[in-house]
Amino acid sequence: MTDLTKLSLADARKGLNDKSFTSTELTGAYLSAIEQANPSLNAYVAVTGEQALDMAKASDAKLAAGQGGALEGIPLGIKDLFATKGVHTQAASHILDGFKPEYESTVTANLWRDGAVMLGKLNMDEFAMGSSNETSYYGPVISPFRAEGSNANLVPGGSSGGSAAAVSAWLCAAATATDTGGSIRQPAAFTGTVGIKPTYGRCSRWGTVAFASSLDQAGPIARTVEDAALMMTSMSGFDPKDSTSVDLAVPDFAAAVERGVKGLTIGVPREYRMDGMPAEIEKLWQQGLDWLRAEGATVKDISLPHTKYALPAYYIVAPAEASSNLARYDGVKFGLRVSGKDITDMYELTRAAGFGREVKRRIMIGTYVLSAGYFDAYYVKAQKVRTLIKKDFEDAFHAGVDAILTPATPSAAFGIGDEDMASDPVKMYLNDVFTVTVNMAGLPGIAVPAGKDGQGLPLGLQLIGKPFDEETLFAAARVIEKSANLDFSPKRWW
Amino acid sequence: MSVDAATVKRIGRLARIRIEDSEVAAYQDELNAMLGFVEQLTSINVDGVEPMTSVTPMTLRRRDDVVTDGGYPEKIVANAPLSEDNFFMVPKVIE
Repeated sequence: MTDLTKLSLADARKGLNDKSFTSTELTGAYLSAIEQANPSLNAYVAVTGEQALDMAKASDAKLAAGQGGALEGIPLGIKDLFATKGVHTQAASHILDGFKPEYESTVTANLWRDGAVMLGKLNMDEFAMGSSNETSYYGPVISPFRAEGSNANLVPGGSSGGSAAAVSAWLCAAATATDTGGSIRQPAAFTGTVGIKPTYGRCSRWGTVAFASSLDQAGPIARTVEDAALMMTSMSGFDPKDSTSVDLAVPDFAAAVERGVKGLTIGVPREYRMDGMPAEIEKLWQQGLDWLRAEGATVKDISLPHTKYALPAYYIVAPAEASSNLARYDGVKFGLRVSGKDITDMYELTRAAGFGREVKRRIMIGTYVLSAGYFDAYYVKAQKVRTLIKKDFEDAFHAGVDAILTPATPSAAFGIGDEDMASDPVKMYLNDVFTVTVNMAGLPGIAVPAGKDGQGLPLGLQLIGKPFDEETLFAAARVIEKSANLDFSPKRWW
Repeated sequence: MSVDAATVKRIGRLARIRIEDSEVAAYQDELNAMLGFVEQLTSINVDGVEPMTSVTPMTLRRRDDVVTDGGYPEKIVANAPLSEDNFFMVPKVIE
């Protein structure tokens, strides 16, 4: 029998529907793969084997009766940020020790409604703060990719590093992820997978552990553009429980995948051509434009003049919102408690012990910029800058641009424990320089694998779209995927 | 703008995160590095620009002012480190 774990989600769906195999077999194959690989990759922080097999059995009954949902019997990995009833939900943090929610997040509930099977919870940067998956309380995720001729461990990117590594190493058919500044697109680019951050408001944030509420958005990581589209259709949808959820019909995203780019205008923002950008990234970008041109798109130079202010403004807005959101972790309602001589002492000791260093740093900076006397100078100013960043994009779209093509990351994956990044937090933050503008403006963005660097490591391109026009992104990303026509599976070492 | 050691302690207090004396210097460096990075924003003119308050142009929905959920205190306290009779237990606050 073929290795079931290597099927795309779309092919697994076909196989289940025409009864070539059962969900119990498919789920069992993934569980064995996880058991074998997880000690090396550390992608899962909790495996829910028994529950997975129960869900698979229920799916098999539905499939046999011809009543299967859109994702019936498909085994998925869930980022540890999504509340899953009765199951480990800790945002990969020590402070949520033992937390098992009494409720289910809307996004995962939508997936179970459509018949998907949960394999377990995926590792991530603590509270989604990081770009390398090294800030997790559960230790770093190791990328399934290694540079040619090297045994050095690389990061899978972050914060959705567990999601990206699990998808790329065939430890789930697809995964949920979240993106506040690039946390879906950067790990997807590092692992040769497809990741989309939909328009803000497309996926409900209800039941997803909050980091920065005006930036957070859930989306999928998958092995192909079509798989990502299938996941998106199930994850999306209006939810009255999230006041920023948008009441808009969810298109059949998969139907848009083969639509092509004929007649589309693709914008190329000159501000994304950064000093010191590696030549191979520049070359890949040009290659991407050539592919889109060859399929009938027009390429147009555009300017997004406030691009360089996006990252600094982000590092005001995101920590400010985080400091407020994370105030709820106080040792009273859930998770860790460290006793003290009085209640304030208990709060301070609990939070000092429960949060990791990166999280504490961001809460501190957020508290500072929101403190008396600084609010206008920092937070309000950053929110004004956000208006300008958004207007840059609006101007480009009004001038006839349908989508924008940029590199996804400034480099390929770097090593675990990279000293440059460890010594200077700002250097780590620069990983998100191409992705963070999209969150600031609330737009959809997709990362699609497009090439490899000199050491055989995956490189991705990013497409940015108009609000709620994810369909164009799927269509254009598919053109890049088809044109690149490369095998982005990692060479197995684990 | 740069933060000094006393400010680090004060921010830690506001954030309810205990900062030990041995940690102050490292936090001070890191916070100043971040503040230095965001300093670039001073060069941009935002006169007359409205701060972004809503990511997508939408008016916040309202719903009927009625109770739609609740009535399960045992679930609310189920994850509490310490609870009794469906109450969260905390150290004595009022003397």
